[in-house]
Amino acid sequence: MNIKDMSIIISGFGGQGALFAGILLCHAAVVEGKHTTWFPAYGAEMRGGAVNCAVNISDDEIPSPVIDEADAVIALNDASQAKFEHKVKKGGFMIINSSLSHIPTTRKDINYIRIPFNDLAQKLTQPAFVNVMALGALIEKTGILKIESIIEVMKDMSKKVSAKKAALLPNNIESLHFGVSVMKNQPAAV
Amino acid sequence: MAKVLVKGNEAIAQAAINAGCQCYFGYPITPQSEIGEYMGAHLPELGRTFITAESELASINMVIGAGTTGTKAMTSSSSCGIALMQEAISAMCCAEVPGVIVSVMRGGPGLGNIAPAQGDYFQALKGGGNGDYKTVVLSPSTVQEAIDLTYRAFHLALKYRNPVMLLADGILGQMMEPAEFGEYPYDDPDVSTWALDGANNRPARNIVSLHMPEGAMEALTNRIFEKYEKIAQEETTFEGYKLEDAKLVLTAFGTVGRIAKAAVNKAREKGMKVGLFRPVTLFPFPEKQLQETAKNTDMILDLELNKGQMLLDVRSAVFGACPVEFFGRTAGGLLTPDMIMKKIEELYSKLGTKTEAGVN
Repeated sequence: MNIKDMSIIISGFGGQGALFAGILLCHAAVVEGKHTTWFPAYGAEMRGGAVNCAVNISDDEIPSPVIDEADAVIALNDASQAKFEHKVKKGGFMIINSSLSHIPTTRKDINYIRIPFNDLAQKLTQPAFVNVMALGALIEKTGILKIESIIEVMKDMSKKVSAKKAALLPNNIESLHFGVSVMKNQPAAV
Repeated sequence: MAKVLVKGNEAIAQAAINAGCQCYFGYPITPQSEIGEYMGAHLPELGRTFITAESELASINMVIGAGTTGTKAMTSSSSCGIALMQEAISAMCCAEVPGVIVSVMRGGPGLGNIAPAQGDYFQALKGGGNGDYKTVVLSPSTVQEAIDLTYRAFHLALKYRNPVMLLADGILGQMMEPAEFGEYPYDDPDVSTWALDGANNRPARNIVSLHMPEGAMEALTNRIFEKYEKIAQEETTFEGYKLEDAKLVLTAFGTVGRIAKAAVNKAREKGMKVGLFRPVTLFPFPEKQLQETAKNTDMILDLELNKGQMLLDVRSAVFGACPVEFFGRTAGGLLTPDMIMKKIEELYSKLGTKTEAGVN
């Protein structure tokens, strides 16, 4: 994979933070001086419904915010897996939250990485964040951005939100690092 | 100033604030509601005016009221909301009232849907209002350009005393990308020579769109058309990308322009000489520039998220200098670089034979 240029779709049900995970990625890309675009599905989405966003990160200008085929898809639930499995580029990969998806995979030409994020999250300080764990896994897998950039963005954001939300910064950082370590310990993708 | 990650709608709103927009009047509608939300959050704290109007009709008529006093004012809406404003836009052109209208297109016709589309090219350019008039229409393809063209819209509105429309679509409104605001770069003209600012010992002024005396309306129309000619001479802008040796030139506006650029890059990687001609000002349309381009290429492929609207202006500019093909989707169907690429491959393979057959 060319890590100078990457397209990612992040999908989940409303409330899982799929859109926010994309926003974190884009902000971190800006921190690193890269080009980036974020485009959400903005239909009649609501809590519990399906939401997704398309993120491009590149060293060069990004002509199209629309993703034909993604280098990577993060599917935080089963509906997302079903909806976006065909959108993964040949040779690309899909990170599946296997806590919430038990449906079979259907392709031989992409890599599947199944991680039970919700189950693993129980080991962390509560509340822990599945979307941020998945980001950590994505970054460890690809090296598209530096983990430090994501942390910088989260620290910066925590200064602009309520004290209640800001207090969750350590939980976010813990989730991010945990996502990295989970990916490090993954067996070779099958 | 550093680049910030910003959503298209919010970038337009912040640029309007930077441009000195004193009044925003609007009624919410997807996919542009963030513009109103942002204005509502920021204009009052600056001591400026924000009103959620009772309808789009009210919004645009409030813009007229503010515009007659030389005040920078703006409204924003989408497709069916902009449809309601057409009578007032015609009146603004006739009475020479400045104002900025942001149109973030969704699927139509009718109430349609909320997906990105470009079906309102005719609405913006050919008008649903009555009479001979033209709205200046600017078409951004990136969030950065949305900022730059919002600045330009406020300037041109005052410079020419005419409504200016920023014509965007749901993709640009909803997407985020890094952009830089910079400062408002224009020196605006003095409005004190015409604005309704209270007679106060000077002769009274009228700004009206009703001209009953014999010959008055024709004289006025001729005068505003001289103004449109001046706008065409001085303000026409387009982006040319890899046009120099292009055998096939894509034409596209707004978001489709940037998607087409990706297709140009893909085609070039495969050794096909493809270029892009992207009008930035839709009125004034870069007619002469496109005509020159058409003379030096074998074929034009017009790409739009509609059934072929700018196509008419493209054909008119090309005027038979080369064949013009069209490829589009509508009402929420998106063009992707791969889809465009397939169409390019299909057409490019025919180019040689067409030339030999003497079509050119």
